[in-house]
Amino acid sequence: MKTILLDHGSGGRASQELIGELFLRYLDNPILHRLEDSAVLESQTGRLAFSTDSYVVDPIFFPGGNIGELAVNGTINDLAMRGANPLCLSLGLILEEGLPVADLEKIIASIAEATKAAGVPVVTGDTKVVPRGKADKIFINTSGIGVVEPDCEITADRAREGDRIILSGSLADHGITILTRRAGLEVTGELKSDTMALHTLVGQLTRELPGAVHTLRDPTRGGLAPSLSEIAAAANLCMVLAEPAIPVRPTVAAACELMGLDPLYLANEGKCVALVAAERADEVLALMRSTREGSEAAIIGQVTAEYPGRVVLKTAIGGERLVEPLSGEPLPRIC
Amino acid sequence: MRVLEIIEDPTGLFGAHSAIVDADGISKEVRLDLVDHPPEPGDYLIVHAGFAVNTLSEHEALRNLQLMREMAEGLDGGGGPGA
Amino acid sequence: MKYVDEFRDPELVGSLAAELDAVVSRPVRVMEVCGTHTMSIFRHGLRSLLPEELQLISGPGCPVCVTSAGHVDAFISMAQLDNVIIATFGDLIRVPGTHSSLDRVRADGARVEVVYSPMDGLTLAGSNPDKTVVFLGVGFETTCPGIAATILEASRRRLDNFCVFSAGKIMPPPLRALMQDPELSIDGLLCPGHVSIITGTGAYRFLADEFGISCVVSGFEPTDVLRALIMLVRQINEGRADVENAYSRVVTEEGNKQARAILDTVFELEDTPWRGLGVIARSGFGIREEFAPWDAVKKLDIIVQDVPEPKGCRCGDILKGLCLPPDCPVYGKRCTPLNPIGPCMVSSEGTCAAYYKYTM
Repeated sequence: MKTILLDHGSGGRASQELIGELFLRYLDNPILHRLEDSAVLESQTGRLAFSTDSYVVDPIFFPGGNIGELAVNGTINDLAMRGANPLCLSLGLILEEGLPVADLEKIIASIAEATKAAGVPVVTGDTKVVPRGKADKIFINTSGIGVVEPDCEITADRAREGDRIILSGSLADHGITILTRRAGLEVTGELKSDTMALHTLVGQLTRELPGAVHTLRDPTRGGLAPSLSEIAAAANLCMVLAEPAIPVRPTVAAACELMGLDPLYLANEGKCVALVAAERADEVLALMRSTREGSEAAIIGQVTAEYPGRVVLKTAIGGERLVEPLSGEPLPRIC
Repeated sequence: MRVLEIIEDPTGLFGAHSAIVDADGISKEVRLDLVDHPPEPGDYLIVHAGFAVNTLSEHEALRNLQLMREMAEGLDGGGGPGA
Repeated sequence: MKYVDEFRDPELVGSLAAELDAVVSRPVRVMEVCGTHTMSIFRHGLRSLLPEELQLISGPGCPVCVTSAGHVDAFISMAQLDNVIIATFGDLIRVPGTHSSLDRVRADGARVEVVYSPMDGLTLAGSNPDKTVVFLGVGFETTCPGIAATILEASRRRLDNFCVFSAGKIMPPPLRALMQDPELSIDGLLCPGHVSIITGTGAYRFLADEFGISCVVSGFEPTDVLRALIMLVRQINEGRADVENAYSRVVTEEGNKQARAILDTVFELEDTPWRGLGVIARSGFGIREEFAPWDAVKKLDIIVQDVPEPKGCRCGDILKGLCLPPDCPVYGKRCTPLNPIGPCMVSSEGTCAAYYKYTM
């Protein structure tokens, strides 16, 4: 089979062929193998975390990854942001008729690699095919289940005045990688998506430094500013950021300047922002920096009560300004 | 943005046509229709909407900085038509 | 980035801010008329460093934000034609017309593509031979030469599926109109950086000579703006009305003659409506007759309606610094950042949009 046809989504022989020759070849595991209507999991002790996310990124292949690993890491991270240990994922595919099977195979192979690396298998899935033009190549939905330890409470309302704001690494890498592609800018320097699963990092934090992390967010679509705005609003506190402390790669900064974009509003797919008790901040930072996922972690600000509900930026030149919640898609500016 | 390379007009009618410019690892092609004089590799261009609109004078840039420093230190006499 | 970072040195900024504080001895009102200045001042948090007696007013500096509702309506009607692809700068797609905006009609199926350069419109035309690409030619003197060069290139290539809706404008006429208002009390003008590359500093002479407004051409980095403000305040303190150039690394007195020649080849000046200010004589670029095949209005037979300014909108007065946003009857009610009426709210850093954010 060279291209995806409507038949591949109809539940008949073509669907079986696709499942057998592609999905099971890469994703096989004891639960998925049974191909029942539902995956039945072992009993768990502890609270369950449940999350879902859909992925429609264009282009589907980009420096640093593709839509497949984005879909795996993204949902794993959503679970991790509540301190959950991810157990398993579902994989829902909507394919456009005419999608080259070679492309689908690359994506499935990436999904397999990402799930194996993360230790989080795909246990159930679904595939639909829609006529040409009714979907953009491939849309993916992943849902995930995880388990949260009894004492673990990581929520926005645990944020406290004095908390330090820690970012696990450089900002806007994914968002700018996608947008420079679309703008036809040639990138001679290093510019790639940062897609990465963060549950191992978070697991280490909650195990070795229990209670130190109050709030976690992964600043995906919309970027850091909306994530912090949400926390500020939910906790009725002020997030104060120090611009010089925010890690941004020079190539990313240059691309943002050229396109008139603000890195605070661009997507990150392998980063988290943590609100940490002040007296534990140095420990948390040291632990993060000792991991692969958080090797460039930095304290970028702190929580105050000065302008409740708002995010404030202390700029690199010594000024101060508000950071608003995003009002729409970031548009490159001309004026 | 710094000029890396000048691209001549393929029809040969209009001289220098565009330039590849670069800044911190991002490069792009910009049109040279609007510049008063053709730039050389190593020059810095002001780019707007895909066109180079002027060359940045490095000499004047250093002068601008110097004047700023003098102004900040109160050394520049405090007035009169400047720059 | 070289020639950018040095001009953002925090120590230099701090010292210049202190010097500005020292020279401001009484209330002073300065207008800035450049969208890039507005954005730069905002993103670096410069306002928080300015002395209280220095009032910085946002004038009509954003070409997208002063695009009239009537023009946006024309853009929308073109977008809704079969076989038309609209190529536009990104910030235009949310500007409201009378009933709708480009992003809304895009959602309804119209083909609207965001581009970064008018030349991208030519590329689009080349790869869509069965469609007509219309580039929305919005901009001031920095952008319009590039649009003119693109029309020239289209004529060289004899492209028959590319055209431009010319809505470009020039800066001096609205400035003259604003300054003519006897109620306006502006002491000085922070002159645009990139527009001045094209026009040269001489373009502002009339403001100093005829209206006694102190002028300084300023770059965009924080140190540039602070230095220019210091120079302005000194002029004002000394009762001088001069045109000084604080951006000499890029701006000269004569400006860019090549760019102006290209403008003159393709465009001619005509009366044009400015959102919030009404029609201003000889302030807009119309495409000359010999380039009619690339003029969207002629090629697609478009009628541009005269849309009166929405009732109540006081953008004109706000742009002149005559009143504050809360004094406008529609501010915060019919006119909000999500549903803006006039340019002061359309621009995300316009006077009203900024006021709304900071005082919510």
